[in-house]
Amino acid sequence: MTGYELSQSGVLEAEAVHVFREVAATFERPVLLFSGGKDSVVMLHVAVRAFWPAPLPFPVLHVDTGHNFDEVLEFRDRAVRELGVRLLVGRVQDDLDAGRVVEERGRGASRNRLQTVTLLRMIREHSFDAVFGGARRDEEKARAKERVFSFRDEFGQWDPRRQRPELWNLYNGRHRKGEHIRVFPLSNWTELDVWSYIAAERIALPSLYFAHRRRVFQRDGMLLACSRHLAPEAGEEPYEAVVRFRTVGDATCTGCVESPAATPEEVVAEVAASRVTERGATRADDRISEAGMEDRKKEGYF
Amino acid sequence: MPPLLRVATAGSVDDGKSTLIGRLLHDSKALFTDQLAAVERTSRDRGAGGPDLALVTDGLRAEREQGITIDVAYRYFATPARKFILADTPGHVQYTRNTVTGASTADVALILVDARKGVVEQCRRHAFLASLLGVGHLVLCVNKMDLVGWSRERFEEIKDDFARFATRLDVHDLTFVPISALHGDNVVHRGAAMPWYEGPSLLHHLEQVHVASDRNLIDVRLPVQYVIRAGDFRGYAGTMAGGVLKPGDEVLVLPSGFSTTVRAVWGPGGVPVAEAFPPQAVTVELADELDVGRGDLLCRPGNRPHADGDLDAMVCWFSEHAGLEPGSHYLLRHTTSETAATVAELDYRLDVNTLHRDETATGLSLNEIGRVRLRTRRPLLFDPYRRNRTTGGFVLIDPVTQDTVAAGMLTGPRRPGRSVVWQSAAVTREQRPTQGATIWLTGLSGSGKSTIAVELERRLVALGRPAYLLDGDNLRHGLNADLGFSARDRTENVRRAGEVARLFADAGVVAVVSLISPYRAGRDRVRAVHEAAGLPFVEVYVDTPLEVCEARDPKGLYARARAGELTGFTGIDTPYEPPAAPDLVLHPGDGDPATLAARVLALLER
Repeated sequence: MTGYELSQSGVLEAEAVHVFREVAATFERPVLLFSGGKDSVVMLHVAVRAFWPAPLPFPVLHVDTGHNFDEVLEFRDRAVRELGVRLLVGRVQDDLDAGRVVEERGRGASRNRLQTVTLLRMIREHSFDAVFGGARRDEEKARAKERVFSFRDEFGQWDPRRQRPELWNLYNGRHRKGEHIRVFPLSNWTELDVWSYIAAERIALPSLYFAHRRRVFQRDGMLLACSRHLAPEAGEEPYEAVVRFRTVGDATCTGCVESPAATPEEVVAEVAASRVTERGATRADDRISEAGMEDRKKEGYF
Repeated sequence: MPPLLRVATAGSVDDGKSTLIGRLLHDSKALFTDQLAAVERTSRDRGAGGPDLALVTDGLRAEREQGITIDVAYRYFATPARKFILADTPGHVQYTRNTVTGASTADVALILVDARKGVVEQCRRHAFLASLLGVGHLVLCVNKMDLVGWSRERFEEIKDDFARFATRLDVHDLTFVPISALHGDNVVHRGAAMPWYEGPSLLHHLEQVHVASDRNLIDVRLPVQYVIRAGDFRGYAGTMAGGVLKPGDEVLVLPSGFSTTVRAVWGPGGVPVAEAFPPQAVTVELADELDVGRGDLLCRPGNRPHADGDLDAMVCWFSEHAGLEPGSHYLLRHTTSETAATVAELDYRLDVNTLHRDETATGLSLNEIGRVRLRTRRPLLFDPYRRNRTTGGFVLIDPVTQDTVAAGMLTGPRRPGRSVVWQSAAVTREQRPTQGATIWLTGLSGSGKSTIAVELERRLVALGRPAYLLDGDNLRHGLNADLGFSARDRTENVRRAGEVARLFADAGVVAVVSLISPYRAGRDRVRAVHEAAGLPFVEVYVDTPLEVCEARDPKGLYARARAGELTGFTGIDTPYEPPAAPDLVLHPGDGDPATLAARVLALLER
């Protein structure tokens, strides 16, 4: 046994720090997508550490569907205040009001797909050339082949045939005006890595991620929370349960799981033993079709 | 045990690679029930009997439709012992670029063989690519053992066959495991079908394989990635590419050649780091205010990388749109620097199946590999890829399409090509009337080198021995008139003086060289050139302290350097590296120039 070894999270953090610095050094206008979800919280935490003791050299952007859990919005505002970073908000509502998108109707309607339009509008308006996302390759099959630097054309679209080979830690971020690069510093992290890091670094998260009592109801095999954005329909009997969320997205389509895990350590133990992926358990939006994610990515989704 | 292991797999669907990966994930319980349910559903839809584990790994719909894997897919699974990152690539020759990409970061390569077919072309190709990319550990999985009656003889046959081939590769750890991915034998669990096999299962081997010492912890290399400024704080951020760096260490900044010490090393978030090593991302504070920026490199003064703009490299061509042609221009990304590069020559194209070198090739197209000579606008600070994957690897970018069109591995500075041959002479050295040698005086400006050298030349000629003084100042009026005082030019200055001295010595003359020659590596190369030619070489270090030299200041140069009129002045703003093992050290108190010269001559006679 030799010395000079980094822990697993040390290696993953170093890799992410390298990516942040690479982008800060070679792009003109990066931005970091920050929703208050755990992956974006971890990403922001690593980003801030990468530039210590200087302030974060780019702003953060929240694409707001208007269907947020209240706890998440409060958390978002507190986090950016405490970290001293600049927050930009792109509102889906503005695009609805301007008629650029039309609200989905009916059961299972959500604003998830509409976010893409708002995101691309913000990228255009602010001339962002690099957009950090918290996506991980372990999340979904279509993401297993995603690059760390993912090239997007002038329409914000992802073309699997134009993705560049990535060797060693050399990333090609060259692009023309109007094109941009999505950058995924947490590509090699798994859900368990994220939670282990949260526990080790004592990173604050929205309270939703930990066990709490909430009124919920069953729909399509998922547990959804009753909120002002989503109400049970006839035949869907609401009841109270101790639950936590594994992901926090649009309140209309993010499910929760029954769980007693109230601390990061307990969540780590639970995730390590889990037999169901986080998206499989709790994201109605990813169940649309088997190729759901691939289609959405091509449109410019994060 | 490093907790993270990066594994590259290459193989085609026919070899059962996807089934093997599915089996690894399934039996190590890394597969989630919803993923497995999806696989079972699809298997049922297609009329398969049980779950087809190969379906676990196929990703993009385009691939599913064509029934092939066209890219590098990354999979993650963990056991209590380790976390694994699996770079899964297709096996056909038309996907060589994917195999190369997957192997670039891998610690271990898994190579699949169909036990019925034995070591076929594709298997040899994968092994070669893994070796080319510096993957030190190969595991040959002999799959489908169930279809050869679990035969030990067949396994041994394949093993011997592959081991013979592997002697031609640069692989230091080769392991063979007989498996059946379909039934699971020796993948995660041992299974009962092959009691004659006494080794570990594949997963157990991957949990144990020792890769920590594959990193280079000797040569300190920190490519500067980004400069962090905050108030008075100025830190140079980068990812350790080699060696171990500590606060208090003396470091050299390249290419400027200034030396200073490390004041502090910080980890992410300002955690103090006592010792930085690869792959840590750190921020280094230096004791002196120097002009350091992205693309510069920190190393130790006695251990520098090559600095050259004329390079030999192996490249793998990635672009389907345009091929590599000698004379074409590209952007070269290497560590944290980017510079213009031209492919000056294509030495040969390598057949990745037979390892045959085709020297008549005029270009490389998609997936082809060859050796090229590159010229870069700015010299690269690099190590041979074999020694350091980070400082030895690069990519080429097409300046028009901006695509990454090639990956390359630097083998070293350009060696003279085959077209340059040695012409043998009719006169041997023994037939010459006198035998030559080189006396090399190194030391600071004003140390007294030239005075001693002049005395040496006078005495030798008086003794009837042909001698000639090669003085650094004088050489700069003619032979080296085109050189300045940058680190690169100084290195070239020394190289030329060394080559001329060697020719004089070979001709039977004692060459007396008086040259500051500040860099140890440069002087060592001159010595090596002499030793290779079988010529005596005497390195004399005129060790006069800087204060004494500065007080003497015979040419008034120190005064001008102190006044800032001269930059790049050795001892003032560029370093002098004393010899590690000189043949003789002379101090100013040792006697007058005649006495000192006599001591040098005594050494020569010995």
